[in-house]
Amino acid sequence: MSRKWIVLGTVAAVVLAFVAGVVVFTNRSSQEVKQAAQTHSDALVRPHSPVFGNPAAKVTIVEFFDPSCETCRAFYPIVKQMVNASFGQVRLVVRYAPLHHGSDTAVKILEAARQQGKYWEALERALAAQPQWAAHDRPQPQMIWDLIGDIGLDMTKARADADGPGVAQVLRQDIADMQALKVDRTPGFFVNGTPLREFGEAQLKALVDQEIKKAGTP
Amino acid sequence: MSEDQPVAPHGNGRNAAFWLPLFLAWLLALLATAGALFLGEVMGKTPCVLCWYQRIAMFPLVLVLGMGLFVSDARSVRYALPLAGVGWGIAAYHLLVFWGMVSEGLVPCGKGSSCADADVQVAGVVPIPLLSLAAFTGILVALWVARRRART
Repeated sequence: MSRKWIVLGTVAAVVLAFVAGVVVFTNRSSQEVKQAAQTHSDALVRPHSPVFGNPAAKVTIVEFFDPSCETCRAFYPIVKQMVNASFGQVRLVVRYAPLHHGSDTAVKILEAARQQGKYWEALERALAAQPQWAAHDRPQPQMIWDLIGDIGLDMTKARADADGPGVAQVLRQDIADMQALKVDRTPGFFVNGTPLREFGEAQLKALVDQEIKKAGTP
Repeated sequence: MSEDQPVAPHGNGRNAAFWLPLFLAWLLALLATAGALFLGEVMGKTPCVLCWYQRIAMFPLVLVLGMGLFVSDARSVRYALPLAGVGWGIAAYHLLVFWGMVSEGLVPCGKGSSCADADVQVAGVVPIPLLSLAAFTGILVALWVARRRART
């Protein structure tokens, strides 16, 4: 056999082994995520979490969310639209995955606004201005206070609440659940307990549609 | 077969005793490259700065030695040796950083993943820089053998 063929054959063998490795590894890790979602199903939805949409909806999108994450910002209008277009069949439960530096401070401010019923207003202000305050090398989450100054909050109370024990407990629980569910990047989506395997807008829509269909047939 | 004839006019393809050690060196580089890409792109481990420097030395070896094999050109050894040597040095240094014999403060690892992190391990046991050092050592030995055989 010619030496050229030995070289080419070896390249082909290594490429094949690589592809096989990718398939095995992806299958195994998606199995692990699925397993984690099954064994820790109680960790998906907690009563303390913000809910968008009909609380009694049949389909629940759980989103592990980081206010500093650009992709979370890009997905916010998409998910909101999905909930609004579902006529009460889909709800969104927001969980926190503060993976970036400064995200925990941002979450505390948003939660403080929630205690005064201004959560979604505050969230939308914060996301709109995310490029200004959430630079990953120099985050300034304190800027959010200025952004939400005019949405009608009692600011003195909000600042006290942000550092209060209630908000700290929410953060602690969400971080613990994030780890139990093996969420290591944001946004992390679960639809009725099924983790989104392949990330993307179309994939999320397909999974939601599938769950709506499943829930529709009694 | 024409492929068994010397193809490179300036190489010493006729006396091809160097081919096997050259092939082994290339195979090691190929496996190391595939492994590095698997760890980085599939398993999602972010390469630290020192890992990147080792990749810079390792990846071209696949192409340089691959071309040398393809046309049975022993001179490829000459071009591969400096790459392998530099890679070996960086891998050795990285291993010292990993084992804590050299403080990481000396290397620019401020941002991104740490070079001394326990995360630079495969299956939680074997440090990646040790694998890298083993691969570079094997490549250097094989290249040295190839060089000697090509001369005689």
